[in-house]
Amino acid sequence: MAASPRSIAWQRRRRALAQAWAQYRQHLPGMIGLVVLVAIVAMALLAPVISNPDELHVVNTVDNPRWATPSEFPLLGTDNYGRSVWAQFVWGARISLLVGLAATLVAVVIGSLVGIGAGFYRGVGSAILQRLTEWFLVIPFLPLAIVLASILGPSVENLIIVIGITSWPSTARLVRAQVLTLKERAYVERSRALGASNRHLMGRHIFPNVSPIILANLTLTVPIAILSETTLSFLGLGDPTRASWGKMLEESFKAGALSRGAWWYYLPPGLGIMAVVLAFTLIGTALEEILDPRLREQRR
Amino acid sequence: MSDILLETRGLAVRFPGRHGEIARAVDGVDLVVRRGEVLALVGESGCGKTTLARTIMGLERPAEGEVVYEGEPIRYDAGFLRPYRGKVQMVFQDPLGALNPRQTVYEAVAEGLRIQKLPGDEAMRVADALARAGLRPPGRFLRLYPYELSGGQRQRVVIAGAMVLNPTLLVADEPVSSLDASVRGEILKLMLELVRDAGVTILVVTHDLGLAWNIADRIAVMYLGRIVEEGPAEELLSHPRHPYTRALLSVVPEVEEMEQQILQGEAPDPTRIPSGCRFHPRCPLVASGEAARLGIEERCRYDDLALHDVAPEHRAACHAL
Amino acid sequence: MSQPLLSVRDLHVTYRSEAGPVPAVRGVSFDLAPSETFGLAGESGCGKSTIAGALLKVLPPGTDVTGEVLLDGEDVLQMTPGRLRAVRWTEMSIVFQGALHALNPVQRVGNQIAEAIEVHRTAPDAGARVAELLEVVGLPARRASDYPHQLSGGQRQRILIALALACNPRILIADEPTTALDVMVQAQVLELLERLQRELALSMIFITHDLSTLSYVCRRTAVMYAGRIVEEGLADEVFARPKHPYTAALAAAFPLIGDHAHRMKPSGLGGDPPDPRDIPSGCPFHPRCPIALAECTSAEIELWPTGEGRNAACVRVLDEARR
Repeated sequence: MAASPRSIAWQRRRRALAQAWAQYRQHLPGMIGLVVLVAIVAMALLAPVISNPDELHVVNTVDNPRWATPSEFPLLGTDNYGRSVWAQFVWGARISLLVGLAATLVAVVIGSLVGIGAGFYRGVGSAILQRLTEWFLVIPFLPLAIVLASILGPSVENLIIVIGITSWPSTARLVRAQVLTLKERAYVERSRALGASNRHLMGRHIFPNVSPIILANLTLTVPIAILSETTLSFLGLGDPTRASWGKMLEESFKAGALSRGAWWYYLPPGLGIMAVVLAFTLIGTALEEILDPRLREQRR
Repeated sequence: MSDILLETRGLAVRFPGRHGEIARAVDGVDLVVRRGEVLALVGESGCGKTTLARTIMGLERPAEGEVVYEGEPIRYDAGFLRPYRGKVQMVFQDPLGALNPRQTVYEAVAEGLRIQKLPGDEAMRVADALARAGLRPPGRFLRLYPYELSGGQRQRVVIAGAMVLNPTLLVADEPVSSLDASVRGEILKLMLELVRDAGVTILVVTHDLGLAWNIADRIAVMYLGRIVEEGPAEELLSHPRHPYTRALLSVVPEVEEMEQQILQGEAPDPTRIPSGCRFHPRCPLVASGEAARLGIEERCRYDDLALHDVAPEHRAACHAL
Repeated sequence: MSQPLLSVRDLHVTYRSEAGPVPAVRGVSFDLAPSETFGLAGESGCGKSTIAGALLKVLPPGTDVTGEVLLDGEDVLQMTPGRLRAVRWTEMSIVFQGALHALNPVQRVGNQIAEAIEVHRTAPDAGARVAELLEVVGLPARRASDYPHQLSGGQRQRILIALALACNPRILIADEPTTALDVMVQAQVLELLERLQRELALSMIFITHDLSTLSYVCRRTAVMYAGRIVEEGLADEVFARPKHPYTAALAAAFPLIGDHAHRMKPSGLGGDPPDPRDIPSGCPFHPRCPIALAECTSAEIELWPTGEGRNAACVRVLDEARR
């Protein structure tokens, strides 16, 4: 044998990844989503370069015109405090994306662990996890999030926690359903017949076959988390010291931008959120189609 | 070393039914598997043969009785089961389902070695097992995935995965029924070679009497959770004694000399096992009045019975014998 | 044979797929006489189930079908949609394999049979006819109100037979009707089919991979491999004295109990039946053939006569005939 079997396995995995990417490239909606996302992420990362962070703080903008239109004050005009809307937009993108991604990570990690545990094990432990999942699912998101956010206090970190805690049940449900099916597969029983422990079964057979679903679910949870952040910030529960799109909407609303016709203040964050949510949704849908193991096995 | 490799004593396995009743899938089985033989466990669906096989593997726990391996009853704690599974291995019905689609052939065969933490050169043992299972040269197959193999090749991989542990007993649950008919003989031939070359003992579970004729030394016929007849394969198939075995043989298209006795209805499910001899509601002897003529009809209806000798090495559970 | 009831002439069926054309049936011809049972034997990928679909023209749209399917002289493949709908089920019907999903799981089985009757308007009182059909197939009438999952495998198969008989067809195509069933239930269903054939003067095409069942049920049979017929003749003969090495291999998978030639001597073929997209050159069986000759990789194979009413597609048969 020229190469070790392990390296051969890695070669195969790389090739499978390349194949998946080639498939993805052909998926037009998925590609559109990817391009939009990349553009927005690039914009957020380049924030210090493409905007002036000083323009975010009221103390620095005392001399700026108030409610300036985009033609008067590039690129997106000013708000009622003279702050640059463009700077808020670009730096706000960072917070929206950050909270969205971090909260999703928290939610998916909790949800996956609970889902795998509830699906794989039988008995009291599993029943407790299931009831917990159902309880969280039943409680309406917004009141719970508001209560938690009020208790914990307004900050980016707490927002991540709040959204993470309220979003994990749907992942758990999905993962559990998949694990229940996988558990019955003959190769799981074969592994057991070879003497495998539960840990080996979960790590070697259940988890790798559940991870595509988790990945697709992750990409579809991010937009939900971003929207949640927007909502909570809009309600005034977000971090008051950091710009975010939700906060922009809140402040524009409070300042009467709507009746003033100051569209440059509320339209960009609204459109930005829509674009990000749409991008993730398109990507998630494309991933689901590509990673669906049933389609995979049929592809002979 | 005793002649008996594994036996079950009074084994009973029960499952809860959907509405609270109990399904007695295995209802008192004393099975003896001798070293170096091929024993066929034959019966129709619902007779409990697969449950019996899985209980022998330790994948199900008996409600009563015990499985005795090399004179020692098996226990169900992890400490006992892991080494036990190094010695008693299983071949599954559907080779495509039995292999993780994300694992290469190498990984599938090596899995047992890694779980059992057996020492030695893993790569060499995997290649050796594949070669013994007829996949030559083994190097060609190591990096392939299950969907790239034919049905017969997949089953060979499963067999290699079992044999790599050098088990003493191989439990094969319908090993060829999901394979194309023209390919089955190859796998059966392999199994006989394993017995001859590796000295493994095989318990094959099947509904196919033709398969038993093809490769079995002894046959045990199951009906509704019990063994109703057992004996040497040739003897049992040429001189079946139990009315169920006789009926079964008579309808197998591969048997020509017997007059067909098609039983009515289907076997009742294991939650409603008849009283007395569990076969009596469908037994041709009862239906034709023969049982009455022999004066045993009462006993057929009300007296349960165990296997008794009807010829050398040949036992059956029938009041008429 | 006087006028055959059904005559299939040079049937070719090619599916359309993303990967290109898939030639499932490559030139099949056979006749079916009135009240005869004809067997079509073969394994996965040989095209036998495709033929069943082709006869009733129920293949996926876009499938390329050429040749003739003459039902009493009339070509089914050329029929107008109206005439075809009238012919389907009333002249020819199919009994599918009795898997759970062959029937609508959320509809009572009696209603499913009644639906066929009502669509074709073959009986004034569908309910009465359903009861009659259930009796014919040996099921109590109350079974009509059951759902498919409440029935056993054997009972479901009987329902499918009743469904196929609903409109009094002259030809019954049975596609693997007993494959998933236990041996005893299989015997019951075969007995039923035999009785129906006698009482209703049905012609049957029996499709299966189980050569031993086939030789029991059918008078004549054809064995298929890679979309073509490789051997045909009287079923007993074909099974007992095969002329084509594939038939021999297939027969060996069903050893005669009591025959010491098979005792402890299992034999089978390596490889797999070929994928219709990738059929070997020359004789498609040559890669797996235990007695292949050099010429088999490139020879033009035909069905050559090898006895009274017997044909086999093997060059060795040709050698034999020449001698």
